[in-house]
Amino acid sequence: MTGLTNTNITPPRWLLAELTYACPLQCPYCSNPIDYANYQSELSTDDWKRVLTEARKMGAVQLGFSGGEPLTRQDLPELVKHARELGYYSNLITSGYGMTEEKILQLKEAGLDHIQVSIQASSQELNDHIAGTKSFEHKKTVAHLVKKHGYPMVLCVVIHRENIHQMPEILAMAEELGADYLELANTQYYGWAHANRDLLLPTKEQFEKAEVIAQAFKEKVAGKMKIYYVVPDFYEDRPKACMNGWGTTFLTIAPDGVALPCHSARDLPGLDCPNVNDYSISEIWHESKAFNFFRGFEWMKEPCHSCDEKEKDFGGCRCQAYLLTGDMYNTDPVCSKSPNHEVIQHAIDSAKASANLTGEEKPLIFRNSKNSRTLTKN
Amino acid sequence: MTIIPDQPINFSSLHRLQWEEAQQKYVILYPEGMVELNQSSAEILKLCDSTRTLAQIVSELEQKFDTTGLTNDITAFLGVALQNDWINQH
Ligand code: SF4
Ligand code: SF4
Repeated sequence: MTGLTNTNITPPRWLLAELTYACPLQCPYCSNPIDYANYQSELSTDDWKRVLTEARKMGAVQLGFSGGEPLTRQDLPELVKHARELGYYSNLITSGYGMTEEKILQLKEAGLDHIQVSIQASSQELNDHIAGTKSFEHKKTVAHLVKKHGYPMVLCVVIHRENIHQMPEILAMAEELGADYLELANTQYYGWAHANRDLLLPTKEQFEKAEVIAQAFKEKVAGKMKIYYVVPDFYEDRPKACMNGWGTTFLTIAPDGVALPCHSARDLPGLDCPNVNDYSISEIWHESKAFNFFRGFEWMKEPCHSCDEKEKDFGGCRCQAYLLTGDMYNTDPVCSKSPNHEVIQHAIDSAKASANLTGEEKPLIFRNSKNSRTLTKN
Repeated sequence: MTIIPDQPINFSSLHRLQWEEAQQKYVILYPEGMVELNQSSAEILKLCDSTRTLAQIVSELEQKFDTTGLTNDITAFLGVALQNDWINQH
Protein backbone atom coordinates (compact mmCIF):
# COMPACT_ATOMS: atom_id res chain seq x y z
CA MET A 1 0.00 0.00 0.00
CA THR A 2 1.09 3.57 -0.39
CA GLY A 3 0.84 4.54 3.24
CA LEU A 4 -1.71 7.20 2.51
CA THR A 5 -4.03 7.92 5.37
CA ASN A 6 -7.01 10.14 5.07
CA THR A 7 -9.24 10.72 8.04
CA ASN A 8 -12.23 12.09 6.12
CA ILE A 9 -13.05 8.85 4.40
CA THR A 10 -16.69 7.76 4.55
CA PRO A 11 -17.35 4.01 4.75
CA PRO A 12 -18.58 2.04 1.73
CA ARG A 13 -22.37 1.60 1.56
CA TRP A 14 -22.69 -0.40 -1.64
CA LEU A 15 -20.79 -3.51 -2.52
CA LEU A 16 -21.02 -4.74 -6.07
CA ALA A 17 -19.85 -8.34 -6.27
CA GLU A 18 -19.13 -9.21 -9.87
CA LEU A 19 -19.04 -12.94 -9.32
CA THR A 20 -17.98 -13.96 -12.81
CA TYR A 21 -17.42 -12.67 -16.32
CA ALA A 22 -19.04 -15.81 -17.72
CA CYS A 23 -22.32 -15.03 -19.46
CA PRO A 24 -24.31 -16.91 -22.07
CA LEU A 25 -25.58 -13.60 -23.47
CA GLN A 26 -23.67 -11.26 -25.76
CA CYS A 27 -25.12 -7.79 -25.27
CA PRO A 28 -23.20 -5.30 -27.40
CA TYR A 29 -23.51 -2.65 -24.63
CA CYS A 30 -22.18 -4.85 -21.85
CA SER A 31 -20.29 -2.85 -19.24
CA ASN A 32 -17.70 -5.55 -18.64
CA PRO A 33 -14.23 -4.60 -19.86
CA ILE A 34 -13.47 -5.33 -23.50
CA ASP A 35 -10.56 -7.53 -22.46
CA TYR A 36 -12.58 -9.56 -19.93
CA ALA A 37 -11.52 -12.82 -21.59
CA ASN A 38 -8.02 -12.21 -20.23
CA TYR A 39 -9.25 -12.47 -16.65
CA GLN A 40 -10.07 -16.12 -16.25
CA SER A 41 -9.48 -16.61 -12.55
CA GLU A 42 -12.38 -16.32 -10.12
CA LEU A 43 -12.42 -15.88 -6.37
CA SER A 44 -13.34 -18.96 -4.35
CA THR A 45 -16.45 -19.21 -2.21
CA ASP A 46 -14.41 -18.60 0.93
CA ASP A 47 -12.75 -15.52 -0.56
CA TRP A 48 -16.15 -14.04 -1.39
CA LYS A 49 -17.43 -14.78 2.09
CA ARG A 50 -14.48 -12.99 3.60
CA VAL A 51 -15.02 -10.00 1.29
CA LEU A 52 -18.69 -9.83 2.28
CA THR A 53 -17.88 -10.09 5.97
CA GLU A 54 -15.19 -7.40 5.89
CA ALA A 55 -17.19 -4.93 3.82
CA ARG A 56 -20.25 -5.40 6.02
CA LYS A 57 -18.19 -4.71 9.11
CA MET A 58 -17.17 -1.39 7.58
CA GLY A 59 -20.78 -0.41 6.91
CA ALA A 60 -21.71 -1.72 3.45
CA VAL A 61 -25.40 -2.64 3.44
CA GLN A 62 -26.60 -2.76 -0.17
CA LEU A 63 -25.15 -5.71 -2.01
CA GLY A 64 -25.41 -6.46 -5.71
CA PHE A 65 -24.54 -9.89 -7.08
CA SER A 66 -23.76 -9.30 -10.72
CA GLY A 67 -21.38 -10.37 -13.43
CA GLY A 68 -21.48 -11.58 -16.24
CA GLU A 69 -24.30 -13.87 -15.26
CA PRO A 70 -24.11 -14.55 -11.51
CA LEU A 71 -26.32 -17.63 -11.87
CA THR A 72 -23.42 -19.43 -13.50
CA ARG A 73 -21.78 -19.57 -10.04
CA GLN A 74 -22.96 -22.74 -8.33
CA ASP A 75 -22.21 -21.27 -4.90
CA LEU A 76 -24.65 -18.38 -5.33
CA PRO A 77 -27.19 -19.67 -2.76
CA GLU A 78 -24.39 -20.15 -0.25
CA LEU A 79 -23.14 -16.59 -0.78
CA VAL A 80 -26.69 -15.23 -0.54
CA LYS A 81 -27.18 -17.05 2.76
CA HIS A 82 -23.93 -15.64 4.13
CA ALA A 83 -24.96 -12.15 3.00
CA ARG A 84 -28.35 -12.48 4.73
CA GLU A 85 -26.75 -13.58 7.97
CA LEU A 86 -24.54 -10.51 7.85
CA GLY A 87 -27.57 -8.23 7.36
CA TYR A 88 -27.03 -7.16 3.77
CA TYR A 89 -29.93 -6.20 1.53
CA SER A 90 -29.03 -8.34 -1.44
CA ASN A 91 -29.90 -7.84 -5.07
CA LEU A 92 -29.42 -10.37 -7.82
CA ILE A 93 -28.75 -8.71 -11.15
CA THR A 94 -29.47 -11.33 -13.76
CA SER A 95 -30.30 -11.86 -17.41
CA GLY A 96 -32.62 -14.65 -16.23
CA TYR A 97 -30.62 -17.18 -18.17
CA GLY A 98 -30.38 -20.41 -16.20
CA MET A 99 -33.05 -19.36 -13.70
CA THR A 100 -35.64 -21.97 -12.70
CA GLU A 101 -38.50 -21.91 -10.22
CA GLU A 102 -36.53 -24.25 -8.02
CA LYS A 103 -33.61 -21.84 -7.93
CA ILE A 104 -35.89 -18.90 -7.20
CA LEU A 105 -37.25 -20.76 -4.19
CA GLN A 106 -33.80 -21.83 -3.08
CA LEU A 107 -32.52 -18.25 -3.24
CA LYS A 108 -35.58 -16.97 -1.39
CA GLU A 109 -34.93 -19.48 1.33
CA ALA A 110 -31.30 -18.36 1.46
CA GLY A 111 -32.50 -14.78 2.06
CA LEU A 112 -32.23 -13.00 -1.27
CA ASP A 113 -34.13 -9.68 -1.14
CA HIS A 114 -34.75 -8.91 -4.77
CA ILE A 115 -34.15 -10.00 -8.31
CA GLN A 116 -33.55 -7.63 -11.18
CA VAL A 117 -34.23 -9.21 -14.55
CA SER A 118 -32.99 -7.53 -17.68
CA ILE A 119 -34.94 -7.67 -20.90
CA GLN A 120 -33.37 -6.36 -24.08
CA ALA A 121 -36.49 -5.29 -25.99
CA SER A 122 -40.26 -5.69 -26.11
CA SER A 123 -40.29 -8.16 -28.99
CA GLN A 124 -38.78 -11.60 -29.20
CA GLU A 125 -37.00 -10.88 -32.43
CA LEU A 126 -35.16 -7.81 -31.23
CA ASN A 127 -34.51 -9.16 -27.72
CA ASP A 128 -32.93 -12.32 -29.08
CA HIS A 129 -30.91 -10.35 -31.62
CA ILE A 130 -29.49 -7.91 -29.03
CA ALA A 131 -28.85 -10.61 -26.47
CA GLY A 132 -27.21 -12.73 -29.13
CA THR A 133 -29.08 -15.65 -27.58
CA LYS A 134 -32.64 -16.95 -27.72
CA SER A 135 -33.95 -15.78 -24.40
CA PHE A 136 -37.07 -13.62 -24.64
CA GLU A 137 -39.80 -16.06 -23.62
CA HIS A 138 -37.73 -17.44 -20.79
CA LYS A 139 -37.06 -13.95 -19.43
CA LYS A 140 -40.78 -13.26 -19.29
CA THR A 141 -41.36 -16.55 -17.48
CA VAL A 142 -38.66 -15.64 -14.97
CA ALA A 143 -40.23 -12.22 -14.40
CA HIS A 144 -43.56 -13.93 -13.60
CA LEU A 145 -41.88 -16.35 -11.20
CA VAL A 146 -40.04 -13.56 -9.42
CA LYS A 147 -43.36 -11.87 -8.81
CA LYS A 148 -45.12 -15.09 -7.85
CA HIS A 149 -42.62 -15.78 -5.09
CA GLY A 150 -43.00 -12.41 -3.43
CA TYR A 151 -39.85 -10.63 -4.48
CA PRO A 152 -40.03 -6.98 -5.44
CA MET A 153 -39.76 -7.29 -9.22
CA VAL A 154 -37.30 -5.02 -10.89
CA LEU A 155 -37.24 -5.01 -14.64
CA CYS A 156 -34.27 -3.45 -16.36
CA VAL A 157 -34.18 -2.42 -19.98
CA VAL A 158 -31.06 -0.85 -21.44
CA ILE A 159 -32.10 1.73 -24.01
CA HIS A 160 -30.22 2.47 -27.24
CA ARG A 161 -30.88 3.22 -30.88
CA GLU A 162 -31.98 -0.30 -31.75
CA ASN A 163 -34.82 -0.42 -29.22
CA ILE A 164 -35.63 3.19 -28.34
CA HIS A 165 -38.54 3.21 -30.84
CA GLN A 166 -40.12 0.44 -28.76
CA MET A 167 -40.51 2.67 -25.70
CA PRO A 168 -44.35 2.46 -25.64
CA GLU A 169 -44.27 -1.33 -25.98
CA ILE A 170 -41.52 -1.67 -23.40
CA LEU A 171 -43.63 0.26 -20.90
CA ALA A 172 -46.70 -1.83 -21.72
CA MET A 173 -44.65 -4.98 -21.20
CA ALA A 174 -43.45 -3.79 -17.78
CA GLU A 175 -47.03 -3.13 -16.78
CA GLU A 176 -48.22 -6.47 -18.02
CA LEU A 177 -45.45 -8.27 -16.15
CA GLY A 178 -46.40 -6.41 -12.96
CA ALA A 179 -42.99 -4.83 -12.38
CA ASP A 180 -42.65 -2.99 -9.06
CA TYR A 181 -39.66 -1.08 -10.39
CA LEU A 182 -38.69 -0.38 -13.95
CA GLU A 183 -35.20 0.72 -14.71
CA LEU A 184 -34.94 2.47 -18.06
CA ALA A 185 -31.22 2.72 -18.43
CA ASN A 186 -30.06 4.76 -21.34
CA THR A 187 -26.79 3.16 -22.41
CA GLN A 188 -23.66 4.49 -20.77
CA TYR A 189 -20.84 4.43 -23.24
CA TYR A 190 -18.06 2.40 -21.61
CA GLY A 191 -16.67 -1.01 -22.36
CA TRP A 192 -18.54 -2.70 -25.18
CA ALA A 193 -20.99 0.16 -25.56
CA HIS A 194 -18.08 2.49 -26.28
CA ALA A 195 -16.89 0.16 -29.05
CA ASN A 196 -20.41 0.06 -30.52
CA ARG A 197 -21.33 3.67 -29.91
CA ASP A 198 -21.97 4.67 -33.52
CA LEU A 199 -24.60 1.96 -33.73
CA LEU A 200 -26.14 2.45 -30.29
CA LEU A 201 -26.34 6.17 -29.58
CA PRO A 202 -29.85 7.45 -30.39
CA THR A 203 -30.35 10.78 -32.09
CA LYS A 204 -31.45 13.71 -29.97
CA GLU A 205 -34.92 13.59 -31.54
CA GLN A 206 -35.31 9.89 -30.75
CA PHE A 207 -34.15 10.42 -27.21
CA GLU A 208 -36.47 13.37 -26.58
CA LYS A 209 -39.46 11.57 -27.99
CA ALA A 210 -38.79 8.51 -25.84
CA GLU A 211 -38.28 10.64 -22.75
CA VAL A 212 -41.66 12.35 -23.14
CA ILE A 213 -43.35 8.96 -23.42
CA ALA A 214 -41.50 7.63 -20.37
CA GLN A 215 -42.35 10.72 -18.30
CA ALA A 216 -46.05 10.48 -19.11
CA PHE A 217 -45.99 6.81 -18.15
CA LYS A 218 -44.22 7.61 -14.89
CA GLU A 219 -47.11 9.85 -13.90
CA LYS A 220 -49.67 7.31 -15.00
CA VAL A 221 -48.24 4.50 -12.87
CA ALA A 222 -47.27 6.63 -9.86
CA GLY A 223 -48.03 4.66 -6.71
CA LYS A 224 -47.92 1.34 -8.54
CA MET A 225 -44.60 1.19 -10.29
CA LYS A 226 -41.44 3.15 -9.62
CA ILE A 227 -39.40 4.25 -12.61
CA TYR A 228 -35.65 4.73 -12.43
CA TYR A 229 -34.68 6.71 -15.48
CA VAL A 230 -30.99 6.80 -16.24
CA VAL A 231 -30.35 9.74 -18.55
CA PRO A 232 -27.94 9.48 -21.48
CA ASP A 233 -25.48 12.12 -20.40
CA PHE A 234 -24.42 12.90 -23.97
CA TYR A 235 -27.54 15.04 -24.25
CA GLU A 236 -27.08 16.85 -20.94
CA ASP A 237 -24.84 19.85 -20.34
CA ARG A 238 -23.63 18.71 -16.93
CA PRO A 239 -22.06 15.35 -16.18
CA LYS A 240 -23.45 12.82 -13.74
CA ALA A 241 -22.07 12.80 -10.21
CA CYS A 242 -20.17 9.68 -10.93
CA MET A 243 -20.22 7.04 -8.19
CA ASN A 244 -21.56 9.72 -5.82
CA GLY A 245 -17.93 10.80 -5.50
CA TRP A 246 -14.88 8.57 -5.95
CA GLY A 247 -14.24 6.24 -3.03
CA THR A 248 -17.14 7.59 -0.98
CA THR A 249 -19.92 5.03 -1.39
CA PHE A 250 -19.29 2.28 -3.93
CA LEU A 251 -16.96 -0.68 -3.85
CA THR A 252 -16.84 -3.07 -6.81
CA ILE A 253 -15.02 -6.37 -6.67
CA ALA A 254 -14.25 -7.91 -10.06
CA PRO A 255 -14.41 -11.70 -10.58
CA ASP A 256 -10.65 -12.12 -10.10
CA GLY A 257 -10.66 -10.16 -6.84
CA VAL A 258 -9.53 -6.78 -8.12
CA ALA A 259 -11.19 -3.99 -6.14
CA LEU A 260 -12.48 -1.10 -8.24
CA PRO A 261 -13.74 2.36 -7.24
CA CYS A 262 -16.07 2.15 -10.27
CA HIS A 263 -16.68 -0.81 -12.54
CA SER A 264 -14.73 0.72 -15.44
CA ALA A 265 -11.74 1.79 -13.35
CA ARG A 266 -9.82 -1.20 -14.59
CA ASP A 267 -9.26 0.66 -17.86
CA LEU A 268 -7.67 3.74 -16.25
CA PRO A 269 -3.86 3.85 -16.48
CA GLY A 270 -1.61 3.72 -13.43
CA LEU A 271 -4.24 3.11 -10.78
CA ASP A 272 -2.79 -0.23 -9.70
CA CYS A 273 -6.15 -1.45 -8.46
CA PRO A 274 -5.52 -3.71 -5.45
CA ASN A 275 -6.65 -7.33 -5.19
CA VAL A 276 -8.56 -8.75 -2.23
CA ASN A 277 -6.15 -11.68 -2.30
CA ASP A 278 -3.41 -9.32 -1.12
CA TYR A 279 -5.15 -6.82 1.15
CA SER A 280 -8.08 -6.54 3.52
CA ILE A 281 -11.10 -4.51 2.42
CA SER A 282 -10.29 -1.92 5.04
CA GLU A 283 -6.72 -1.49 3.74
CA ILE A 284 -8.05 -1.28 0.19
CA TRP A 285 -10.71 1.28 1.04
CA HIS A 286 -8.58 3.50 3.27
CA GLU A 287 -5.03 3.16 2.07
CA SER A 288 -4.84 1.99 -1.52
CA LYS A 289 -3.59 4.32 -4.22
CA ALA A 290 -6.58 3.52 -6.45
CA PHE A 291 -9.27 4.43 -3.93
CA ASN A 292 -7.50 7.64 -2.94
CA PHE A 293 -6.69 8.68 -6.49
CA PHE A 294 -9.69 10.94 -7.13
CA ARG A 295 -10.95 11.41 -3.59
CA GLY A 296 -11.72 15.00 -2.69
CA PHE A 297 -11.00 17.89 -5.05
CA GLU A 298 -7.23 18.36 -5.03
CA TRP A 299 -6.62 16.29 -8.16
CA MET A 300 -8.87 18.47 -10.31
CA LYS A 301 -7.74 20.53 -13.26
CA GLU A 302 -9.47 23.65 -14.53
CA PRO A 303 -12.28 24.42 -15.16
CA CYS A 304 -13.39 22.01 -12.40
CA HIS A 305 -10.90 23.08 -9.75
CA SER A 306 -12.34 26.57 -9.32
CA CYS A 307 -15.90 25.68 -10.32
CA ASP A 308 -18.68 26.23 -7.80
CA GLU A 309 -20.49 23.10 -8.99
CA LYS A 310 -17.71 20.67 -8.16
CA GLU A 311 -19.34 19.42 -4.98
CA LYS A 312 -22.41 18.55 -7.00
CA ASP A 313 -20.88 16.48 -9.79
CA PHE A 314 -17.22 15.91 -8.71
CA GLY A 315 -16.12 16.90 -12.21
CA GLY A 316 -18.04 13.99 -13.73
CA CYS A 317 -16.83 10.58 -14.72
CA ARG A 318 -13.09 9.81 -14.78
CA CYS A 319 -13.52 6.94 -17.19
CA GLN A 320 -15.46 9.12 -19.62
CA ALA A 321 -12.81 11.84 -19.38
CA TYR A 322 -10.16 9.26 -20.15
CA LEU A 323 -12.04 7.50 -22.96
CA LEU A 324 -13.02 10.70 -24.73
CA THR A 325 -10.16 13.12 -24.05
CA GLY A 326 -7.26 10.77 -23.35
CA ASP A 327 -6.59 12.38 -19.94
CA MET A 328 -8.36 11.02 -16.89
CA TYR A 329 -7.77 14.25 -14.94
CA ASN A 330 -9.75 16.32 -17.42
CA THR A 331 -13.23 17.67 -16.88
CA ASP A 332 -15.80 15.15 -18.10
CA PRO A 333 -16.37 16.40 -21.69
CA VAL A 334 -20.14 16.12 -21.21
CA CYS A 335 -19.87 19.38 -19.25
CA SER A 336 -20.48 22.40 -21.44
CA LYS A 337 -17.66 24.18 -19.59
CA SER A 338 -15.16 21.55 -20.72
CA PRO A 339 -12.68 22.78 -23.35
CA ASN A 340 -13.15 19.36 -24.96
CA HIS A 341 -16.93 19.51 -25.04
CA GLU A 342 -16.92 19.30 -28.86
CA VAL A 343 -15.97 15.60 -28.72
CA ILE A 344 -19.51 14.91 -27.55
CA GLN A 345 -20.97 16.65 -30.58
CA HIS A 346 -18.58 14.70 -32.80
CA ALA A 347 -19.78 11.46 -31.25
CA ILE A 348 -23.38 12.46 -31.78
CA ASP A 349 -22.72 13.45 -35.41
CA SER A 350 -20.79 10.29 -36.12
CA ALA A 351 -23.59 8.15 -34.67
CA LYS A 352 -26.16 10.06 -36.67
CA ALA A 353 -24.20 9.58 -39.88
CA SER A 354 -24.06 5.86 -39.27
CA ALA A 355 -27.81 5.76 -38.54
CA ASN A 356 -28.35 6.67 -42.18
CA LEU A 357 -26.33 3.75 -43.43
CA THR A 358 -27.90 0.39 -44.12
CA GLY A 359 -26.24 -1.27 -41.14
CA GLU A 360 -24.22 -3.70 -43.20
CA GLU A 361 -21.11 -1.53 -43.36
CA LYS A 362 -20.30 -1.87 -39.71
CA PRO A 363 -22.09 -4.58 -37.74
CA LEU A 364 -22.52 -4.57 -33.96
CA ILE A 365 -19.68 -6.20 -32.11
CA PHE A 366 -21.22 -8.71 -29.74
CA ARG A 367 -19.74 -9.33 -26.34
CA ASN A 368 -18.14 -12.76 -26.40
CA SER A 369 -14.75 -14.26 -25.69
CA LYS A 370 -13.76 -14.44 -29.32
CA ASN A 371 -14.40 -10.73 -29.88
CA SER A 372 -12.78 -9.92 -26.57
CA ARG A 373 -9.56 -11.63 -27.64
CA THR A 374 -9.61 -10.12 -31.14
CA LEU A 375 -10.18 -6.60 -29.85
CA THR A 376 -7.43 -6.76 -27.24
CA LYS A 377 -4.79 -8.17 -29.55
CA ASN A 378 -4.24 -4.86 -31.28
CA MET B 1 -53.51 9.11 0.41
CA THR B 2 -54.36 9.21 4.07
CA ILE B 3 -54.31 6.74 6.91
CA ILE B 4 -57.60 4.95 7.54
CA PRO B 5 -58.13 5.35 11.30
CA ASP B 6 -59.71 2.02 12.18
CA GLN B 7 -57.45 -0.23 10.14
CA PRO B 8 -54.12 -1.63 11.34
CA ILE B 9 -50.96 -0.48 9.61
CA ASN B 10 -48.55 -2.93 8.01
CA PHE B 11 -44.94 -2.43 7.20
CA SER B 12 -44.38 -3.14 3.50
CA SER B 13 -43.24 -6.63 2.61
CA LEU B 14 -41.18 -5.14 -0.21
CA HIS B 15 -39.07 -3.04 2.16
CA ARG B 16 -36.89 -3.85 5.13
CA LEU B 17 -36.50 -1.83 8.32
CA GLN B 18 -33.17 -2.49 9.94
CA TRP B 19 -30.81 -1.17 12.59
CA GLU B 20 -27.42 -0.26 11.14
CA GLU B 21 -24.66 -0.59 13.67
CA ALA B 22 -22.11 1.26 11.51
CA GLN B 23 -24.41 4.25 11.11
CA GLN B 24 -26.01 4.04 14.54
CA LYS B 25 -29.44 4.48 13.04
CA TYR B 26 -32.39 2.67 11.52
CA VAL B 27 -32.64 2.50 7.74
CA ILE B 28 -35.25 1.36 5.24
CA LEU B 29 -33.84 -0.84 2.51
CA TYR B 30 -35.43 -1.50 -0.86
CA PRO B 31 -34.25 -2.32 -4.38
CA GLU B 32 -31.31 -0.06 -5.13
CA GLY B 33 -32.01 2.33 -2.34
CA MET B 34 -31.81 3.17 1.31
CA VAL B 35 -33.44 5.80 3.50
CA GLU B 36 -31.83 6.79 6.77
CA LEU B 37 -34.30 7.42 9.56
CA ASN B 38 -34.13 9.71 12.53
CA GLN B 39 -35.05 8.28 15.88
CA SER B 40 -38.68 9.39 16.00
CA SER B 41 -39.46 8.11 12.50
CA ALA B 42 -37.92 4.78 13.40
CA GLU B 43 -39.96 4.56 16.63
CA ILE B 44 -43.17 5.10 14.66
CA LEU B 45 -42.34 2.61 11.91
CA LYS B 46 -41.38 -0.08 14.38
CA LEU B 47 -44.97 -0.03 15.60
CA CYS B 48 -46.38 -0.56 12.10
CA ASP B 49 -46.59 -4.30 12.58
CA SER B 50 -50.12 -5.14 11.32
CA THR B 51 -51.57 -5.16 14.84
CA ARG B 52 -51.88 -1.46 15.69
CA THR B 53 -54.07 1.34 14.34
CA LEU B 54 -53.05 4.99 14.15
CA ALA B 55 -54.63 5.80 17.52
CA GLN B 56 -52.89 2.89 19.18
CA ILE B 57 -49.52 3.95 17.82
CA VAL B 58 -50.07 7.48 19.06
CA SER B 59 -51.06 6.47 22.55
CA GLU B 60 -48.24 3.97 22.83
CA LEU B 61 -45.62 6.54 21.84
CA GLU B 62 -47.12 9.25 24.05
CA GLN B 63 -46.88 6.83 26.92
CA LYS B 64 -43.37 5.75 26.08
CA PHE B 65 -42.03 9.29 25.84
CA ASP B 66 -44.28 10.59 28.61
CA THR B 67 -45.83 13.34 26.53
CA THR B 68 -49.08 14.32 24.76
CA GLY B 69 -50.16 15.94 21.50
CA LEU B 70 -48.22 13.69 19.12
CA THR B 71 -51.24 12.95 16.90
CA ASN B 72 -50.52 15.56 14.23
CA ASP B 73 -46.84 14.77 13.85
CA ILE B 74 -47.38 11.04 13.70
CA THR B 75 -50.27 11.34 11.25
CA ALA B 76 -48.19 13.56 8.99
CA PHE B 77 -45.22 11.22 9.06
CA LEU B 78 -47.36 8.16 8.38
CA GLY B 79 -48.86 9.98 5.40
CA VAL B 80 -45.36 10.38 3.98
CA ALA B 81 -44.59 6.74 4.75
CA LEU B 82 -47.75 5.67 2.95
CA GLN B 83 -46.87 7.73 -0.08
CA ASN B 84 -43.46 6.10 -0.21
CA ASP B 85 -44.99 2.63 0.11
CA TRP B 86 -43.07 1.92 3.31
CA ILE B 87 -46.39 1.03 4.92
CA ASN B 88 -49.84 0.02 3.71
CA GLN B 89 -53.26 -0.90 5.04
CA HIS B 90 -54.32 -3.92 3.04
S1 SF4 C 1 -24.92 -7.01 -20.23
FE1 SF4 C 1 -25.58 -8.85 -21.34
S2 SF4 C 1 -23.64 -9.84 -21.96
FE2 SF4 C 1 -23.12 -8.35 -20.35
S3 SF4 C 1 -23.16 -9.52 -18.48
FE3 SF4 C 1 -25.21 -8.60 -18.71
S4 SF4 C 1 -26.41 -10.16 -19.80
FE4 SF4 C 1 -24.26 -10.74 -20.02
S1 SF4 D 1 -16.54 22.41 -14.76
FE1 SF4 D 1 -16.25 20.49 -13.67
S2 SF4 D 1 -17.11 20.82 -11.63
FE2 SF4 D 1 -17.87 22.50 -12.96
S3 SF4 D 1 -19.87 21.79 -13.69
FE3 SF4 D 1 -18.34 21.17 -15.23
S4 SF4 D 1 -17.71 19.08 -14.63
FE4 SF4 D 1 -18.79 19.99 -12.86
